[in-house]
Amino acid sequence: MGDLVQHLINGLAAGTIYALVALGYTMVYGVLKLINFAHGDVMMVGTFGAYAVARALGRPAQTSLLGVAAIFLLAMGGCALLGLLIERFAYRPLREKPRLTALITAIGISFTLSYGFQLDFGPLPGAAPRAFPEIIPPREWFVFGDRTVVIWNWQVISLGIALLLMVALQALVYRSRFGRAMRAVSFDHRTAALMGIPVDRVIALTFMLGSALAAGAGILFAIKDTVVQPLMGLYVGLKAFVAAVIGGIGNVPGAVVGGLLLGLVEEFVVGYSSSSWRDAVAFSFLILVLLVRPSGLFGTVTAEKV
Amino acid sequence: MRTLPAVTTALVLLAIGCEKKSANPPAPTAAAPAAAAPTGDTILIGEVFSLTGGQATFGISSQHGIEMAVKEANAAGGVKGKKLETRVYDDQGKPEEAANAATRLVNQDHAVVILGEVASTNSIAMANVAQLAGVPMITPTSTNPKVTQIGDYISRVCFIDPFQGFVMAKFARENLKLNKVAVLRDLKSDYSTGLTDVFTRKFTEMGGKIVAVETYNQGDSDFRGQLTAIKRANPDGIYVPGYYSEVGVIARQARELGLAVPIMGGDGWDSEKLFELGGSAVEGHYFSNHYSSDDPSPRVQKFVAAYKAAYGAVPDALATLAYDAAGVAIEAMRRAPDLSGKSLRDAIAQTKEYPGVAGVITLDDRRNAVKPATILRVGKGKFEYVATINP
Repeated sequence: MGDLVQHLINGLAAGTIYALVALGYTMVYGVLKLINFAHGDVMMVGTFGAYAVARALGRPAQTSLLGVAAIFLLAMGGCALLGLLIERFAYRPLREKPRLTALITAIGISFTLSYGFQLDFGPLPGAAPRAFPEIIPPREWFVFGDRTVVIWNWQVISLGIALLLMVALQALVYRSRFGRAMRAVSFDHRTAALMGIPVDRVIALTFMLGSALAAGAGILFAIKDTVVQPLMGLYVGLKAFVAAVIGGIGNVPGAVVGGLLLGLVEEFVVGYSSSSWRDAVAFSFLILVLLVRPSGLFGTVTAEKV
Repeated sequence: MRTLPAVTTALVLLAIGCEKKSANPPAPTAAAPAAAAPTGDTILIGEVFSLTGGQATFGISSQHGIEMAVKEANAAGGVKGKKLETRVYDDQGKPEEAANAATRLVNQDHAVVILGEVASTNSIAMANVAQLAGVPMITPTSTNPKVTQIGDYISRVCFIDPFQGFVMAKFARENLKLNKVAVLRDLKSDYSTGLTDVFTRKFTEMGGKIVAVETYNQGDSDFRGQLTAIKRANPDGIYVPGYYSEVGVIARQARELGLAVPIMGGDGWDSEKLFELGGSAVEGHYFSNHYSSDDPSPRVQKFVAAYKAAYGAVPDALATLAYDAAGVAIEAMRRAPDLSGKSLRDAIAQTKEYPGVAGVITLDDRRNAVKPATILRVGKGKFEYVATINP
């Protein structure tokens, strides 16, 4: 029983990260119908940015409330800028080209980032894994039974931050003027332009938002799993993409549910069958969902316009 | 999905990757095509290591070790009246570059012996070239059994993977008195699988029991699922024959989940990075290694002092084994009647009780070194010497 609860906590923690990263995939897909394969690597860059800020702040400052806020805001801001640049120089010139062109470009950006960060330029990047500073010093908050289940402060705080980001995003997309513009562009960007919506600006802002979210997810990931390395975005990005597709790509609540579901499925496969089966089962789960619901759990079926 | 990007990257990297080359003193001009011929007045020792990329520290340490051995030999009058010279090529940690470098050393530079690599995959790539060309090759630190099976020109001065599994099984059973051990291994790594197989067999033979076997993939960073499952099996210890990049995080998460049992591993743990990644969670765990700079024997302490004076750092196992590899090669050159590939090969194969820093080296009939292993305990910011286990 105890280990069942523990597995549940582990799975939720992993799923939260998938969900946050999946949100970025889903938003960009919703607006552009582009699978932004560089998204995971933007997350990696954000994590390295946070690592640099935390190191610059030093030991006592990085754990203070103000310090943690600065780490999050600076990393997320930096990533928003990176998202803006990627959109402006890599995707915008290709917007009217066949969709495959943009997809290949996305893969190219992904590699440029993940392998570029393995080069040694000064102190920051480099291929060797490094430990993310403990910006939330671990403390046991809840201990059950004879230490069969332990819940740590950062687990609760991370979940809180993740939920906050998700709710804020949901409000932004469905309750704000910008969100309405975003949904209009997603529906049909030519018509939206005719209605006076600045399509370029909306798309750029969507990218910035998604990238900032990725940075936030990256920091939570680094708090959870300690290690920061240039290839981390490839693994997490792939899983989050699966999560987004399971939930129905383009759908905000779908990404969250898909992420949490994938995290739990993986955890229970490891816990109760064999750990070697984890990835096989995760991807079979995707196939199964797509067989039953081709547009994902929350996706709406759209008729192909001819 | 995964192979396509991998292939694309390989192509891109191949296209942009320029060959890095660095020559040791006396530095020949970079453009000079013809290097020391075997009949010249110097003897060339070729080296191939990864001096850039993720394993750069491995290559740089190894290069230092060899440099030291060669300097000492030259100070003692060289070999057969000639000075020794080294030339090192960077393979960027890639097997195809290692093979290129070996080809260059054999065909263009006419090295009499080749030393390298650290990673077994790269050593195998080099060994195929060396064997075909009939140039003896000694690998200082590649522990996969396959390396010396390439052919009779290839030998090594370290023990092989299965031995480490045996050593840790013996230590776990006899010194730590463990009865129930869980295994957490790297699913795709030959190294991890090799160690696990032997550990499992020996530990069971000695009366212990393996209570859980879990796996992970290199690059994973969340091991909580596996560790929670291991915790359910209630072991006295966990065997994790992986690399420091994952082991540090595993130790952290084991402690987080309340698994307070010793974790054991192999030489893949040997890196300063282990302390950074694992923090205080790695303290008190054990791993098998080639040598310890804490070993009180005078041979080790003399080497450590000399190395510190030259490079300002404590020599790791890689530097030490590279020093020994160069030592074995030089001693074989002195014994060999001439420096042809064949005579040198025979001289190296006859190495007996060579007093290496990382243990006395005798090569067996498969050209593997038969020597003891050291057990180290992870302490506060350093590895502490615990015991020496004989074969």
